[in-house]
Amino acid sequence: MRYAETGYNLEIDLTRRNIERVASDPTDTELYLGGLGTNAKILWDRVPPEIDPFSPDNLLIFASGLLCGTPAPGCNRTIVSTISPQTKLMAFSMMGGFWAPELKYAGYDKVILRGKSPELVYLWINNDKVEIRDAVHLKGKGAVETEELIRVELNEPKAQVAAIGLAGENRVYFASIEQGRSSASRGGIGAVMGDKGVKAIAVRGTRDINMARPAEFMELCNKILAYIKKREDNPIPGVMPILAGLGSPQEMKVHDEKWHTENFMWGNSRTRRKDFWNEEIEKNWRETLENSRIRLVSCYNCPMKCAATISVPGYPTYMMKCFSKLTYTMAAYSDLDFGLRIAQNATEYGVDAFSTPQVMAFALELYEAGILTDKDFPGMPLDNNGRFFWLLDRIVRREGIGDILANGTYWAAKHIGNGAEDFAHNNIKKHEQLPLKLSMLNPIYFLMYATGEKINITQIEGQFPQAAFPTMEEREEFVKDWIQVPDEKFKQYLLDWELRGEKSMPFYPTVQMCCEIVDWQERMHYIDDALGMCSGLSSFPLKPPYHIHNYPEFISSGAGIDMDEDKLSQAARRYRTLVRAINIRRGMRRADEKPPADHWKKRFPELEKELLDTYYKFKGWNNDGIPTKEFLHELGLDYVSQDFLLRGILTDREEANHEG
Amino acid sequence: MKAEKKTKTIKTIRIDVDKCNGCRACEVICSAFHASPKYSSNNPSRSRIRVIRDPLADIFVPVYAGEYAVAECAGRDKYTIDGKNYDECAFCRASCPSRTLFKEPDSGLPLKCDMCESDPAQEKPLCVQWCLNEALIFEQREVETEGDNKQEELEIGLEALANKYGLSKIKDIVTRMSVSKKG
Repeated sequence: MRYAETGYNLEIDLTRRNIERVASDPTDTELYLGGLGTNAKILWDRVPPEIDPFSPDNLLIFASGLLCGTPAPGCNRTIVSTISPQTKLMAFSMMGGFWAPELKYAGYDKVILRGKSPELVYLWINNDKVEIRDAVHLKGKGAVETEELIRVELNEPKAQVAAIGLAGENRVYFASIEQGRSSASRGGIGAVMGDKGVKAIAVRGTRDINMARPAEFMELCNKILAYIKKREDNPIPGVMPILAGLGSPQEMKVHDEKWHTENFMWGNSRTRRKDFWNEEIEKNWRETLENSRIRLVSCYNCPMKCAATISVPGYPTYMMKCFSKLTYTMAAYSDLDFGLRIAQNATEYGVDAFSTPQVMAFALELYEAGILTDKDFPGMPLDNNGRFFWLLDRIVRREGIGDILANGTYWAAKHIGNGAEDFAHNNIKKHEQLPLKLSMLNPIYFLMYATGEKINITQIEGQFPQAAFPTMEEREEFVKDWIQVPDEKFKQYLLDWELRGEKSMPFYPTVQMCCEIVDWQERMHYIDDALGMCSGLSSFPLKPPYHIHNYPEFISSGAGIDMDEDKLSQAARRYRTLVRAINIRRGMRRADEKPPADHWKKRFPELEKELLDTYYKFKGWNNDGIPTKEFLHELGLDYVSQDFLLRGILTDREEANHEG
Repeated sequence: MKAEKKTKTIKTIRIDVDKCNGCRACEVICSAFHASPKYSSNNPSRSRIRVIRDPLADIFVPVYAGEYAVAECAGRDKYTIDGKNYDECAFCRASCPSRTLFKEPDSGLPLKCDMCESDPAQEKPLCVQWCLNEALIFEQREVETEGDNKQEELEIGLEALANKYGLSKIKDIVTRMSVSKKG
């Protein structure tokens, strides 16, 4: 009997319209856990580097995490993996909501799509009954609209539907997959879904998910709930409000946006407005949010309320979460009312709320600079807000300049030329980033930006405070109940860390300490992504309820796999390395591993080189960022090194050099 | 004979729909608690509480499974409250032939909330314990009941039956029933 997981995947060939239920190998669960881990294994095995993102042979995998569908609070993430059309690397965007647990209850751990359907279709997974259904009548419909239409058409209000909008259908490189209050937005996975001709996947399940050692498992769950309650009643002092509590940043709840609006950049990640926030704006924005926000809402089996239903007069109701509240507003130098209105359109079109506003601001900068001209923008309105609505429409329809912009700032700049490249300045690995520009290099963030393969800073940071506490008293107070640290030494790092002087940034934490901190932070995210846990209760906030010390017990008693901290860390290392291996095989190298060029004003090239050298070694990678033969062997990934040797990515001589 | 005073415990779950965020933790813990062996599996379809959930219409109503109904009602109700249209029979607690709600998904057997009565006793029903947003609040009170009320009701009922069918027929049936129970 399989515990926590179902032990079955759905393999759907869209070209041949073939559907198969395939048993998965329990050994793979032990080695790669589930979710992201087993997705990476499948992509490594079945999608060689020659395969283009829009090839029928690219796979699009919708996976539930290993513990999704169990009573573990907050464990509800769907991990979608494929090859990204934008970065040409592995994309593993994720969404919360209700879809992954429903898939488990239907009796499957993953849905693996291959091939392409010539006509637009949607999938209907209802326990044993799986159908490929015609979706031509849904062509051009909004993502949220589609979810509702499908539920009505199937007469199944309890079906959970993940859908793309027009952007996905038109293969916009930053198209998202939307699902209720959640979306899998990064890396353009919605474009791959559109390319495969799949408008939506509807799921309904009424089966059991079994727990291996039920009493033990429930005790752990109850402890988590008690901890959440305690932690919410006692916010962490001395850190900015959004970092004081749990969950993703509580953007739908808070009205005070001084910190975001004055520290994040406006426009195409260009301008910092230090004295922006004042009483009048606060009053205005508060009114806007309170008049449109209907209710704070949660994902499946989670007490946090990170999203909200938003109903702006004159627009259909939609759901919003997190920082999408401000990305459009700030890209357009506009106000919250505009932000909430355009986000409604953007949600129906199904686009990423990080990349999209930046792409539009980038286009308008090129226009101001004369690199793009009036003839590129025929019929564009004169008012600023109107321009953004107009550009969004062009992009999702791939009309005129929109067709070029739909590939994101990196590819658009390359296409436009004439100096446009300098305006695509806020990317890592060809992917748009949060609009942040800071003064002095932060070595921890340098490593995260450079080497994070989820290509999104929020998906690697967390756990360790972002800044030193000014007084020793505060530091001692913080470490007192810091049970989450994998090793006591991290407490000392924090205690010794000063705001100024010898033990301050960028030379303290030391290079070695930075490596350890980043490795811990990244490891927790990767574990979450395999288990299906929301990072808002785990890897993202300070002092989260889930951590390296209680996760092994969850896996042991839930999935019946004997687990301890070392074995879990080793598993996370294994599939994290496999993600890197997939990207290395696709050409990623050290040269690609850098933060956005102007992320920090004050840089330290020598220190940065030392950081990367040391971190690579620490991770078991050679000086070019390629996992070494010895390290791959240690992880049981000899099949990767064999492939690397065959392709000349590693050579026996290089290995010898590395050893020497 | 003097009526004997008895007390009865009334258990209530106060449902504050304004506080419900639609996470369905109540369904999760209910189905796990009632699994056999306890907590061995989880499946919201077996839950004795279901959240009627339509986020875009701002509908979030937890409803508990009540009595099993052999036949459906003669008619159905459909509520509109504060401009929100609720589904047909939305608030009804019955496990009823008209719908799939509150039935075991495999056997179709009816489900009914038992307030998590168990040995050892739970402090509160589990759904209440798992609702950190306090949309579900457990309340308990003692009420006095007249001990011989039932006796009176029985007499009235029997008299009506005797008037309709004749006393001897009733006697026959009672005799037959007691014989068959013994056997």
